[in-house]
Amino acid sequence: MAVSSRNEATRGWGNLLFALPFLSVYVWLLVYPLLAGIRLSLYRANLFGGEHFIAFENYVRLFHDRTFLQALGNSLMFVGLTVPVLVLLALMLALSLNRATRFAAFMRSVVFASSVLSVTVLTIIWRQVLVPDGGLLSHAAHLLNLNPVPFLSDQRFVLPSLAVITVWWSLGLPMILFLSALQQVPRSVYEAAALDRATPWSVFRRITLPAVMPAVILVAAYECALQFQVFGQPQLLTQGGPNGASRPLVLYIYETGFNHWDIGYAAAASQMLFALILIVLLVPHVGRWMAGRWLIGRRA
Amino acid sequence: MAAAGDKMGNSPKNQVTENQGLEFRAVAKAFDGNRVFDDLNLTIGKGEFFIILGPSGCGKTTLLRLIAGLEAVDGGEIFLNGRAIQNTEAGDRGVAMVFQDYALYPHMTVAENLAFGLRNMGVPAAEIATRIGDTARSLSIDAFLDKRPGKLSGGQQQRVALARALVKKPDILLMDEPLSSLDPALRLKTRRELAALGRNLSATVVMVTHDQVEAMTLATRIMIMHDHVIQQIGTPLEIFSRPANLFVAQFVGATPMNLLSGDLAAGEAGTAAFRLGESDIQTQVALRGLPVSTAWRLGLRAEHVALTTPKKPHIPATVDFVERLGEQSWVHVRLTDGSELVATETGVSPHRPGDRVGVQLDGAKAHLFDVDGRAWHPEPA
Repeated sequence: MAVSSRNEATRGWGNLLFALPFLSVYVWLLVYPLLAGIRLSLYRANLFGGEHFIAFENYVRLFHDRTFLQALGNSLMFVGLTVPVLVLLALMLALSLNRATRFAAFMRSVVFASSVLSVTVLTIIWRQVLVPDGGLLSHAAHLLNLNPVPFLSDQRFVLPSLAVITVWWSLGLPMILFLSALQQVPRSVYEAAALDRATPWSVFRRITLPAVMPAVILVAAYECALQFQVFGQPQLLTQGGPNGASRPLVLYIYETGFNHWDIGYAAAASQMLFALILIVLLVPHVGRWMAGRWLIGRRA
Repeated sequence: MAAAGDKMGNSPKNQVTENQGLEFRAVAKAFDGNRVFDDLNLTIGKGEFFIILGPSGCGKTTLLRLIAGLEAVDGGEIFLNGRAIQNTEAGDRGVAMVFQDYALYPHMTVAENLAFGLRNMGVPAAEIATRIGDTARSLSIDAFLDKRPGKLSGGQQQRVALARALVKKPDILLMDEPLSSLDPALRLKTRRELAALGRNLSATVVMVTHDQVEAMTLATRIMIMHDHVIQQIGTPLEIFSRPANLFVAQFVGATPMNLLSGDLAAGEAGTAAFRLGESDIQTQVALRGLPVSTAWRLGLRAEHVALTTPKKPHIPATVDFVERLGEQSWVHVRLTDGSELVATETGVSPHRPGDRVGVQLDGAKAHLFDVDGRAWHPEPA
């Protein structure tokens, strides 16, 4: 007994060896930069040298920085515009395309196709759609004798326009995740419901929705984390304009660090973003707690 | 006169009037152009425990799904209690079903599973509570009404599935291989409970199975299907003792019926004798009325084959191998012409592979099969 338990203990340490390549890269490229970033946020530091410890002064400065607060507001707004629409649209698409017809298979590919585009291609396509001067939508407006809308240069429209682009771009993965969750429900359960005279609504409410709920929570959290980090679309399409109306946090951090060389301050802003995303990633747990008994059966 | 077994769809036990039970009239069904049923006619009496027995892929589950309304008929009519139901929605047919995989709602408790259909039917809350209480007690699932199906064992889930069907008080209860996912000990126990349930239930039960023991022990009548065609409908005893054709004879029984090829000759008192090599086996099948057939086969169950010493007038044979089941043994023997037979011996057989034995065939119990596989039986006593 004693021998075997000692063997198991040693084998446990031996097993760690297999995880070591991953762990070392993880520590080197993620943990160390994170800690270095936190340290940096406590300094007044210039991109070209010169560090000076100032404790939390950068953080205090952030809360009085109108540009930062505007970027924070933009990011929150952007997440608020994209994530609920993404989740709902992807869920509706998954529900309507969850059948074994050729048309459904074709449509699944069509929806997923936009996800393979790089952000550069994405912005080139959408610039040609949105620009008021010769864009696709402006043509349509001319045909209908309407004034073309300056989607990307009007403060009111720029963030919603970026949200539309992003939803179009990111719809594929959530839809696939929802589809795979839907396919976990055996067909016989729906047949049992048909024999139980269930209406389409009660089938959705009592069978389909509980089955996809874990996927919904996962997708919502994942998309929140992702959309808080939006960068390419505003950087390439609007450069944050007009008047900073489309400048999200990551673009703000980028400009502060690499245009103004103020990397200590940019690091502090990065920690704020990190904290924000961390809070959002707790959403699944909060969601699980709220869904409570609903999910207990599923995890069993 | 020698008589064939009960022919398709018109069993003598069929005492169903127009307004009762379940009736199929000229039902047709095809999947992607492949015919499953062409002209299916079937009558099941009210309160019967009717079992559809057949190998996988014979169309028995399709038949059940047509009754439930989970598949649409491509032609013909289905009547339940005198009402044509083939165009009625599944939920409005008065039908409940126990699925092979139980198909319990995973996110509802057992009580909610039972209540779901009743709520959708508009049953008052007070009555729902009473019905669930009664059903849960009678199936001993009241201890876990608050649990989710995922927390239950296979046997418990099976009871819940049954309870969910029974709580609706259906006119007809359908069961699709309800015991197939249980382990053998639990299957035996549940089978006996189902038998007791069947005796107390006023509803018609239609059950599909590929297990002949379930069919023999539970059914009031059995329908045997093969390749989408009804082979025979009859009581378990009829099916066993007077199989309609070769398929039924081989499919039903703990071990398939023994078959020997040979010629017919006139025997004693107008009966047919079966010529097997040098020996004649005297059957009780009347010679008159037998059709002209180019080939005949003699069918004999293993329990009507006895092993003795290898002396005349017994047919000489060699033991191939022995299957010992405990309470009985199946001894596989080979005759000199190469044909194989199985003999049942009670208890543990003393025979060993290679033993020389004599075979004694009980001709009075023998069946004859003509070249088309149709069966001819001794006159009923």
